[in-house]
Amino acid sequence: MTVTVAWYMVFAAVLFSMGAAGVLLRRNALVMFMSIELMLNSVNLTFVAAGSEMGLIEGQVAALFVMVVAAAEVTVGLAILVAVFRRRSTANVDTLSELKG
Amino acid sequence: MTEVILFGLFAAVALAGAVVMLTARNPVYSAMGLLVVMLSISVFYVMLNAHFVAAVQLLVYAGAVMTLFLFVIMMIGVDTKEDNAETIPFQRWITFVVAGGLAAVIILAGRQAWITGNEAFGTPDLNGTIETVADALFGNWTIAFLSTVFLLTIAALGTIALALFGPTAVGSGETEEGA
Repeated sequence: MTVTVAWYMVFAAVLFSMGAAGVLLRRNALVMFMSIELMLNSVNLTFVAAGSEMGLIEGQVAALFVMVVAAAEVTVGLAILVAVFRRRSTANVDTLSELKG
Repeated sequence: MTEVILFGLFAAVALAGAVVMLTARNPVYSAMGLLVVMLSISVFYVMLNAHFVAAVQLLVYAGAVMTLFLFVIMMIGVDTKEDNAETIPFQRWITFVVAGGLAAVIILAGRQAWITGNEAFGTPDLNGTIETVADALFGNWTIAFLSTVFLLTIAALGTIALALFGPTAVGSGETEEGA
């Protein structure tokens, strides 16, 4: 029995779904950001696994680019979160409901 | 066989970390769960011969990004616990159904492409060292690599702008300078 690429893909799909569940379930905006990071990480794993399966280095290059975009996203997202917190004194997304009709 | 044992062990550890991240009421515990997941994924990168990506995963995610998360948790406060009340009726069950359905759809849709036989993959000639990654990064993908420089610069500028011109702290006595 050897580890095939399908194992990594199924594992990454499960992690991705758990990240999606975190975004849907949690109210704390910080934990929602962490769930998005989890989803990005699982997609990175599929890139590297698929590149390894096909013998292409581009899978790893794509993973590096995703990491760069994730770093930029975390920087801006956390800055927005701190700005929201300074104005509202909360990180709970349920209290940000001014646009609710 | 060693690979199977390693995969099972670290997959279990990563799933446990993800469950901790999802269920912990304290955001610090969530951050620790995410850290465990990221460390396990870097082990998978090593198993896939992606050594450079594994090192970057440790440095950037487990190092920089998690430190940033913990720093913001420290600023925003760890004592702000979430309440368990559901604002949307049956939100938890709907979430479980949606997430489970998402996993099922991904696995079913990808099944055709993934199951490629029993032979071990990870060709030995594909070794993700710094040299091979850099050959691709600075060969075919130079433009994309350079554009990430602009992306990071713009992100840093946006962060500085949010910090300088954002709302002032509540009750700090400073004047509001627009948002």
